[in-house]
Amino acid sequence: MTSTTAEASVSASLETATIKSWKAPIAYAIFSLIAIILFVVNGRDGTSRFRLSSDADVIQLPAIDAPTRLTCVVVVVLLLAITAYATWLSSQAKRVPLWLTIIFAAAFMWAFLTWAAAGESIPVTGLLLGTVALSAPLIFGSLGGVISERVGVVNVAIEGQLLAGAFLSAFVASVTGNAWVGLVAAMVAGVLVSFLLAAFSIKYIVDQVIVGVVLNVLVAGLTSFLYSTVLTSNTPLFNSPPRFPRINIPILSEIPILGPVLFRQTVIIYFMYVAVIVVWWALFHTKWGLRLRAVGEHPQAADTVGIKVNATRFWNVALAGAIAGFGGAYFTLGSVGGFTKEMTAGAGFIALAAVIFGRWDPIRATLAALLFGFATNLQNVLGAIGSGVPSEFLLMLPYVVTIFAVAGLVGYVRGPAASGKPYIKA
Amino acid sequence: MKLELRGITKRFGSLVANDHINLVVQPGEIHCLLGENGAGKSTLMNVLYGLYQAEEGDVLLDDVVQRFAGPGDAMRAGIGMVHQHFMLIPVFTVAENVMLGHEQTGLAGKLDLDAARAKVREISARFGFHVDPDAIVGDLPVGVQQRVEIIKALSRDAKVLVFDEPTAVLTPQETDELMNIMRQLRDEGTSIVFITHKLREVREVADRITVIRLGKVVGEASPTASNSELAALMVGRAVELTVHKETARPGAASLVVRNLDVIDPLGLKVVNNVSFEVHEGEILAIAGVQGNGQTELTEAIMGLQPRVSGEISLNGEKLTGLSVRRILNAGVGFVPEDRTEDGLVGEFTIAENLMLDRSDSLPFVKNGNLQLGYLAEFAQEKKDEFDIRAQSITTMAGRLSGGNQQKVVLARELSRELKLFVASQPTRGIDVGSIEFVHKRMVATRDAGIPVIVVSTELDEVVALADRIAVMYRGSIVGIVPGNTPRDILGLMMAGETPTGVAA
Amino acid sequence: MSDTTATTAPSANEPQKAAKPETPRSNQVLSEILNGNFVITILAVVFALIIGAVLIAVTNEDVQKASGYFFAAPGDTLGAVWQAVSGAYGALFQGAIYNFRRDSFVDGIKPLTDTLTFATPLIAAALGIGIAFRVGLFNIGGRGQMLIAAACAGWVGFSFELPWGVHLVIAVVAGIAGGAIWGGLVGFLKARTGAHEVILTIMLNYVAFYLISWMLRTPGLLQAPGSVNPKSPPMMDTAVFPDILGPKYNLHLGFVFVIAATIFAWWLLNRSSLGFQFRAVGENPNAARVAGINVKNTYVQAMLISGGLVGLAGVMQVLGTVTTGFSAGIDAGIGFDAITVALLGRSRPWGIFAAGVLFGAFKAGGFAMQAAEGIPIDIVTVVQSLIVLFIAAPPLIRAVFFLPQGKKSTKLKLNVSKEVAAK
Repeated sequence: MTSTTAEASVSASLETATIKSWKAPIAYAIFSLIAIILFVVNGRDGTSRFRLSSDADVIQLPAIDAPTRLTCVVVVVLLLAITAYATWLSSQAKRVPLWLTIIFAAAFMWAFLTWAAAGESIPVTGLLLGTVALSAPLIFGSLGGVISERVGVVNVAIEGQLLAGAFLSAFVASVTGNAWVGLVAAMVAGVLVSFLLAAFSIKYIVDQVIVGVVLNVLVAGLTSFLYSTVLTSNTPLFNSPPRFPRINIPILSEIPILGPVLFRQTVIIYFMYVAVIVVWWALFHTKWGLRLRAVGEHPQAADTVGIKVNATRFWNVALAGAIAGFGGAYFTLGSVGGFTKEMTAGAGFIALAAVIFGRWDPIRATLAALLFGFATNLQNVLGAIGSGVPSEFLLMLPYVVTIFAVAGLVGYVRGPAASGKPYIKA
Repeated sequence: MKLELRGITKRFGSLVANDHINLVVQPGEIHCLLGENGAGKSTLMNVLYGLYQAEEGDVLLDDVVQRFAGPGDAMRAGIGMVHQHFMLIPVFTVAENVMLGHEQTGLAGKLDLDAARAKVREISARFGFHVDPDAIVGDLPVGVQQRVEIIKALSRDAKVLVFDEPTAVLTPQETDELMNIMRQLRDEGTSIVFITHKLREVREVADRITVIRLGKVVGEASPTASNSELAALMVGRAVELTVHKETARPGAASLVVRNLDVIDPLGLKVVNNVSFEVHEGEILAIAGVQGNGQTELTEAIMGLQPRVSGEISLNGEKLTGLSVRRILNAGVGFVPEDRTEDGLVGEFTIAENLMLDRSDSLPFVKNGNLQLGYLAEFAQEKKDEFDIRAQSITTMAGRLSGGNQQKVVLARELSRELKLFVASQPTRGIDVGSIEFVHKRMVATRDAGIPVIVVSTELDEVVALADRIAVMYRGSIVGIVPGNTPRDILGLMMAGETPTGVAA
Repeated sequence: MSDTTATTAPSANEPQKAAKPETPRSNQVLSEILNGNFVITILAVVFALIIGAVLIAVTNEDVQKASGYFFAAPGDTLGAVWQAVSGAYGALFQGAIYNFRRDSFVDGIKPLTDTLTFATPLIAAALGIGIAFRVGLFNIGGRGQMLIAAACAGWVGFSFELPWGVHLVIAVVAGIAGGAIWGGLVGFLKARTGAHEVILTIMLNYVAFYLISWMLRTPGLLQAPGSVNPKSPPMMDTAVFPDILGPKYNLHLGFVFVIAATIFAWWLLNRSSLGFQFRAVGENPNAARVAGINVKNTYVQAMLISGGLVGLAGVMQVLGTVTTGFSAGIDAGIGFDAITVALLGRSRPWGIFAAGVLFGAFKAGGFAMQAAEGIPIDIVTVVQSLIVLFIAAPPLIRAVFFLPQGKKSTKLKLNVSKEVAAK
């Protein structure tokens, strides 16, 4: 037993001291202030109605009516209380827990919805249904990002992978008349972009962020060029892909609220559920995941136990491309059908934001992507009911939220240790 | 298993790191590979382990020629390695680290963590290690991390085990325990290669000794050889282990540190209630095993640590809370521990590096403009004075050898008007000639009446330079003792024990 | 791993290295040109143009028709390929350098002035991005910085009645300030919170886009009075960059500003104390911090200057290129093109100037090619991004052109992923 006492931990036995962080209370205070200005000073009268069921549902839930001004005032008081609590926590040098931020965000969002829907009614099911659909490419993209970054290659090229997937799936599905073949083509397209990313960053050791940015430009240019020269030359033949129909899952789709939201979707969404769970499980519970994470954290250590670092990186970046490319198919086969120039419109960057916001964890990244999808769809819904909120500010929301996230509101963000660093052997 | 290396030659560009090296390690033998930093020991072992491919020569196991394309092949052949810089993934558990690379899996590729845990417990029990398989490696103390490395190698049934500078991070007591483990392994029939540059350890544990210098085997020695015989073989000439210096004539207390605490980003007190004084014209050495707060202490003096409480003052002027720039301007010279990371800009020329910490004031800058003419003159002068061996002052600092890089740092720091000089590990990884030079300049600085602090983990260097020695352990100063304190007492202090009769 | 220790080995008892005579400077220059960046850059451009030619050929309808009976008459296909490619690149040249179909030199040289006009905002923005690169920062926020700058300069340009000269100066200053603030915000957030600038700049691009979009469709802010389009009123004449070669050519005073900006950037990076600190932080932030350089302040300063220069490009757009009122697309993708220009110019001011002129030529020629041959301008984007990829990977170019693999790597030396610990 003497050995254990002699070796007693150097770091573990050091005295600890406290570090105060004021980031969270400051952020809460900023949002509380916005809430006061928007919802109280600039408050509205009337009633806000939240519809929980659509007419087609078997089980009908009653709608909730909330008096706008009163609800807003109550929620703002709640926000202030949370801010005060967070301030107290920080002054005591305690951490502000994540759940507090979630409650704060939810309360803020509730107040916002109530305020925006004064005198109108919000279709909650429709709002959430669209959220899931709009999140699909973001989720696929962020899964690709998680895998790529976990293995040590920064993936700024998600946008390019999505766009390439959208393009090739539209083209191939049109020519073959088969959406499933289009889906495979989307994955191939994503893999091709990944090959370039992997080759330049692993073999030629070009800075990974630079390769990613340049690849996005390259894919945008290439797809636009081919769109103008090939796809538009014969739209019926080259750019009229069949679309996947919505499939209602029996029984499950009749669950109130959740049923329509989760189980009246296209096959792409069902693949998405599977992908999220499989990636999460495999990343943390299989040999593949263990090796992948080892390579991204400490490539030398992985090398010394016989794992081929660069090959592992290469093929997993390819896999990441396949998943992201799959997400690209959503834009064409899952929603609008035909391909248009730069139709991904920055979704890849939102996916990248979700990766970071989700701290390189598949589940958290998925939740972040859902949040961003929600913001986008909220803008659609509010635009439709004419609430008078400038749609630009809602569209801005994911980006602003991400800025707050990387600025430290969500706590200490630590990515895979070796992400972005090439592995060079002598 | 018998290991034989035959005529191994490994080149990096024009540099021959290993030149026709022959080595035979018999089963059940501890074979020491002794040599200076940079003699080519680690390169040789990386060739053996399949990390590098040799240009010429063969590796033989039990007289069969082996071809290793990578570490995986070497491991399968029965070679294990305990690396100098641990090859462990800090965010993984012990069990995950041990299983990595030869994972047992169950249904659908699910990791069989239970098997790995059992393996860890089994090997731990054999050697009395007490390692928790589910502990996160990054949370473990270095001594335990090294045991995880050993478990990792043994879990693959290694018959030849290479220890690459394993004692650098250990206290003397932990070193003794490691020696016992090595003997136990040897008695079980494992062939052990023990790489080190520390003479004492070699004589204590080795069955045979091979000395290499500048990439070549220069001789074999028996464990009964004396320190000076081994050292002479190692560096190629009789070395002076002591530095010639006059007795110190300390003046008034110049640097005063009172109740200093430093808190790291995780909230740990890495420096805990440290107080000491340094007088004009004396060298205070701060001894201790790597990672006991020495680095943070020097960084706190330089204003590089963000969370510092307590008081540091230089000649009555308060330094705490000042920016690095103000502290430098107050006359503090600093040689950081990691010269390539913190001391130099590798892609800058020697001349540019010489003005690095005076980048906004005279004489190098006037009205926001660089004074390039003056800089060239100054750099040429310092290059000659400090014997910096390079083509010209426009050579990139990153291209220089370690010793010459350190001379650039010294030249920069010592050409300012100093009121305090702080050098952290000033001779780590540099050649003998440069070590002598650095030591001479430090003594000269002391003799000019400047208080000097030198942080070193090498006991030899501490004993050679110090007028007084402060020993640090777990962030605190165990005691401050005279420069002529015997090594065994210093060793005990480095393990945190305060020997009776030691006065601060 | 251990080769760092190994390389230090021979110095112990080695004969004096310094005794070796220094290579004459002229030889160094020559070998640099032959083996180094210059040849690689040329070959990268050539290789990218070849790939562009392949794309043009395979998407050309005549080529497609002729290839249907390739084995019957291969000459037809090859002829069609030649027609397509030579027609395209011929048009590109005539649109970018000199138009032989014009009678007089005065008319024929107009394309070259168009090239310089297109190069003007590109160079300005690329200088900003290049300076950020040298500090180790990757400013992908060109779009946002340009939009904010354009809005500021445009607002001054259409709202205030000021005397000639004063108006222009105030508008330019307002635009640069706007870009500097939007860029400086990134530096500030990075310095205070440790947030990564790549993420921040990407996000702020979208924030700026939606912000300006909203202002452009809100009466009383930037929208033209009486209009329903999301567009601003036209600039007043007093705020517009005057043409410097007379009304025949589009080249405006902004080009002179850009030459001045290039000289400024050169002085800043190579001759100033601030630039020395910038480069030190860019190459090794840890060593810079230990040497007393305030790394966080350096990030803020660098992003202010970077944003200001990118902002200058936004100013060029509203006061030089499109003076009839701007929309939310006023940045015209220059923020991203500028990244490629900065990379091609290897983040050195005069290199950026040359690269900017080259890409300006591609743009001017690209429009001519689109008009004359019906080849979408997007091909220029493809060629540009390929050029950057290729110059970043010299071993690839050497392999393609069967050049010997050089010993020293001339890869793009940028460490945008390198971070100093946020303490």
